[in-house]
Amino acid sequence: MSDATSAGTAVGGAPGKTSKSGKERNASLWADARRQLVRDPVFMLAVLYILVVSTMAAFPQLWTGQDPRACHTDQSRIPPSWEHPFGFNIQGCDYYSHAIYGARPSMVIAIMATGGIVLFGGLMGLLAGYYGGWVDGFISRLMDIFFSLPFLLGAIVFLTVIKQQNIFTIALVLFLLSWPTIARIIRGSVISSKDLDYVQAAKAVGAGNGRLMFRHILPNAIAPMLVYATIVLGSFVAAEATLTFLGIGLQPPTQSWGIMISAHQVYFLADPWLLLFPCGLLIGTVLSFILMGDALRDALDPKFR
Amino acid sequence: MGRYVIRRLLQFIPTVLGTMFLLHYMTSLAIQFSGNPVRAIFGDRTPPPALLQSITERLGYGDPCLEQKGNPCFGLFFDRVSGVFLHFDFGIDLREQEVTELVANAIPHTLKLLVIAIVFEAVVGIAAGVWAGLRGGSFADNLVKISTVFVISVPIFVLGVVVREFVGVKFGNIVREQEWLPDVVAYGFFSPGFKPDYPFASLLIPGMVLGSVALATTARLTRTSMMENIRADFVRTARAKGLANKRVIGVHTLRNSLIPVITYLGVDIGSAMAGAVVTETIFNVPGIGRLVTAAAREGESSVVIGVVTMLVLVVLLANLLVDLLYAVLDPRIRYE
Repeated sequence: MSDATSAGTAVGGAPGKTSKSGKERNASLWADARRQLVRDPVFMLAVLYILVVSTMAAFPQLWTGQDPRACHTDQSRIPPSWEHPFGFNIQGCDYYSHAIYGARPSMVIAIMATGGIVLFGGLMGLLAGYYGGWVDGFISRLMDIFFSLPFLLGAIVFLTVIKQQNIFTIALVLFLLSWPTIARIIRGSVISSKDLDYVQAAKAVGAGNGRLMFRHILPNAIAPMLVYATIVLGSFVAAEATLTFLGIGLQPPTQSWGIMISAHQVYFLADPWLLLFPCGLLIGTVLSFILMGDALRDALDPKFR
Repeated sequence: MGRYVIRRLLQFIPTVLGTMFLLHYMTSLAIQFSGNPVRAIFGDRTPPPALLQSITERLGYGDPCLEQKGNPCFGLFFDRVSGVFLHFDFGIDLREQEVTELVANAIPHTLKLLVIAIVFEAVVGIAAGVWAGLRGGSFADNLVKISTVFVISVPIFVLGVVVREFVGVKFGNIVREQEWLPDVVAYGFFSPGFKPDYPFASLLIPGMVLGSVALATTARLTRTSMMENIRADFVRTARAKGLANKRVIGVHTLRNSLIPVITYLGVDIGSAMAGAVVTETIFNVPGIGRLVTAAAREGESSVVIGVVTMLVLVVLLANLLVDLLYAVLDPRIRYE
């Protein structure tokens, strides 16, 4: 979480065309990046893991035929076996199907919140950076205000008073408290590229504000935004689990990794697998997103070539 | 310098008011849409209307604007702001205890926890960062790089639970069987939760858990800025002058590399406070964080809002101090 803020800023600047010596000189930034990423084993492994988790979230029936709500209390905490690879939880439900169905809320919340901050935060950053002046002053103060609310504390306040803790309210809270970061990144890269010659040229030819912003300036800001969005997906997955663990996120009849961890934390020494499976899945997902973001940043930054 | 301080102070006031308004508006909206929070005391019982009415009035939820959806309730906001700044009044909980009193009882534990966390992350993080930064590309460098990625990707509550169970319970039980160890180590340091008998020793492990997340970022920051500075001209000059290696690294390189690290540590106080919510819940430390989560679980929104308002003020003050300190540390920094 804490590292993510500094993530995108390094890319900044104007990527544009990088003239390279040798045969590859006419490749675009994206083609170069793609070539570098495909060769990167860490990136490919992370993508593979995320694909697996995404299919768990989208089509849980593909992965398990068991119903996570078919529980028998006499099977409570039976260790893993061949037919039930993750064993049974405290209520005697099949733990493997819980783990599979538990991927969905985390991923859905993370994707909704990230989509929200990319659209809204991106727009705010674009407007602030492009128009400057009082628009920038107003949006920047607004960002300061949202920034000064530490993430977890703000989320606790909101989820306590709203009393409806479902996927949508959690995604809304994550969105509300983290859009300023992406807005700052975009604002920075818009400011650094809005006075470049090609923008001036487009303006001289008679391009309007909208065309200048979306056709000419925004594409330069896409790379840092993409890097940050990838990393933030991971931190949102972790944030959802943390809120759920504290008892103010998703509530028990739902399947979620956070609930699985918080419900079984006291059985850790007796039956460690009850904690290891959800923790492993959670950490793997967060780690994959962070590694993907790191690899993307290296690939999209012309300075590292 | 003087101009910078004044502008920074002027900027501070609207941010404080704005943040307080944001908190106020979020809670008002929530009350407007999900109903009177006083009902939470009664659970599923239906209270007599007169009783409900009087408690609502006394807790300050009686304002008619809390029933109009979308109304920002400026009147209530001004009351709250003047209460906070003129009377130091952060509200009362459902048992009519002052929130300031609840916080005063809880704050010593949280402060100790924060100090342990920050000292731990500063000392270990900077040492690891310097170690890795001086030997770029070596085994030490890769070790620090890889371990920081792992520490960043483990959510703090997972780390806390695992450390509590492994170190506090499993390893602690073995330690407690050893007769020759002093009780401070066996029952204090290796205790799975906070012990009032050992108020400092039993906070060491929770503090380290809290510090470990920012530790990774501190180490990375130190590493990068060491690597940048070691190639700088002034370091080459210092070497060319024939200064001892200790002095080149310790004074010329390290001191300049620490500027971003110190800023980060200052800004991190905010997220450390938020992290304290998690660590205190896991290790059962009776500090501010546990106060907030306990109140949140019971739906006592007045306590949550009061405490969070107080914490936000502390965070904003810390940020302000860091900015001012930054200007002192680095004379190049000027407000545009």
